[in-house]
Amino acid sequence: MPEYIAHRFLNVVEKIGISTVKFIEAVGYYFALLIESVAWIIAGSFYKQPVRIPSIFSQMMTIGIAACPIVFILSFSIGVMLAIQMIYNLKTFGAESQVVVGVALSVTREFAPLITGILIAGRTGSALAAKLGTMQVNQEIDALRVMGINPIRYLVSPALLAMLIMVPALTFFSDIAGLLGGALYTGIEIGLSFSAYIDRTMAALMVGDVMQGLFKSLVFALIITLVGASSGFSVTGGAEGVGKATTRSVVLSISFIVIADMIFTYFLNR
Amino acid sequence: MEENKKNIAIEVKDLVTHYGPRKILDGINLTVKEGEIMIIMGGSGSGKSTLLRYLLGLGIPTSGSIKLLGEDITNLSANEMFELRKNMGVAFQGGALLSSMTIGENVQLPLREHTNLDEKTMDIMARMKLEVVNLGGFEKLMPSELSGGMIKRAAVARAIVMDPKLMFFDEPSAGLDPVVSAELDELILRLRDVMNMTIVVVTHELDSAFKIADRITVLDRGHILMSDTVEEIKNSDNERIQSLLNRTPSNEVINADEYLSRLTGM
Repeated sequence: MPEYIAHRFLNVVEKIGISTVKFIEAVGYYFALLIESVAWIIAGSFYKQPVRIPSIFSQMMTIGIAACPIVFILSFSIGVMLAIQMIYNLKTFGAESQVVVGVALSVTREFAPLITGILIAGRTGSALAAKLGTMQVNQEIDALRVMGINPIRYLVSPALLAMLIMVPALTFFSDIAGLLGGALYTGIEIGLSFSAYIDRTMAALMVGDVMQGLFKSLVFALIITLVGASSGFSVTGGAEGVGKATTRSVVLSISFIVIADMIFTYFLNR
Repeated sequence: MEENKKNIAIEVKDLVTHYGPRKILDGINLTVKEGEIMIIMGGSGSGKSTLLRYLLGLGIPTSGSIKLLGEDITNLSANEMFELRKNMGVAFQGGALLSSMTIGENVQLPLREHTNLDEKTMDIMARMKLEVVNLGGFEKLMPSELSGGMIKRAAVARAIVMDPKLMFFDEPSAGLDPVVSAELDELILRLRDVMNMTIVVVTHELDSAFKIADRITVLDRGHILMSDTVEEIKNSDNERIQSLLNRTPSNEVINADEYLSRLTGM
């Protein structure tokens, strides 16, 4: 039945079309949100509606300082894990001592920004989506608007600024924790002293390696904030909607982070 | 005749709005005078909440104009709208207090954002407004620690902290027991008498509407059926208004063909 098949085919095409339009719409919304929050940060004071410094600091506390212990634990474990894997692999060539270079480069260039980004997406991105979603459901966003308080200036701009400062800071912290983990395992396994490990790491690392990681973490901070905020603002349908938005924000930001990581790694290493 | 000399605070002309392809409000004309309490009444789905949203400037109408205090909010710049909003106060149905802040901080929020007053002054002003709504001494509590009626009163305190000229209430008595609801009615009357505010109340509670209204506007399926004084509304011979007042279920005549086509989905 060719007519039936044609119909099915058209249905599929239509669905692809609809999801493409939706995707473009979402990306457009992210950019609009980005431009508006940055505009408030820069020009808010001229309109007597500044982004409040105290709210930036309180966000920085919850995003950054409160996340330090878990970032340390995860990054330390990643450092140990990398050292184990590399020593095992390098043994084949009798080049165990090269593990220092391997750990140093993979932690700073890749693992520290990635693990920090994923952690913050799960921790802060979801919290942002849940907070904005609940506020949307309880008409708190409407209440802000009728009080003449722009919700983007009041809620998104401080979060964005805090993320842009704290995610790179946490990434640097994660660099150190990861290297520490590597040093610990290397010391036990092949008897390399701590100071020798540090010396060799310093010799192996260039400023560019660390900067590459920090640059990527800035991009991740943007992704997490924009995806979290837009998922939160788009909540409809009560508590269930908040749950869905939270899940959506985590899944989307982690996917975007991994894809962006791949793209940026490619271009930064050309 | 003195009534006619009063200035007009709210003027809605030929307002038409859509939700998606569905027409919600169809040619609404409404005026509210300064210092007047206008009740917007209607059954669920009549469009009264939608009308309120548009009066608050939370939506862009398909056509028509909405003038608040002489300014057409459908074509104000963001900055002019920002200034106008300082003269508006809104008490939402669920209160809509920010749940991350104490009652006191909630009430202070508009002052903090719109004025350069020092901390002490803001504290005192917030306490004064909380006294007005009989919530003195509650400023340290979180919204989750308050009852529904208290949250609504705290929301009123936040709405009046900038001494607005226009005040909007969304279903003030919904979900409250009769005593608390009566107290809120008293509060609305007091706000008008003491602070000379223009007040718009959206409700479907008849008792409270008749008690506080200067005029009542009855909405039905996106149209205004009538906009007049309490007496005139009570004496109206419009069938829909009477069925709303007497709480009789509406007996719509069923069109057999339409009914059948709805059921079969053809």
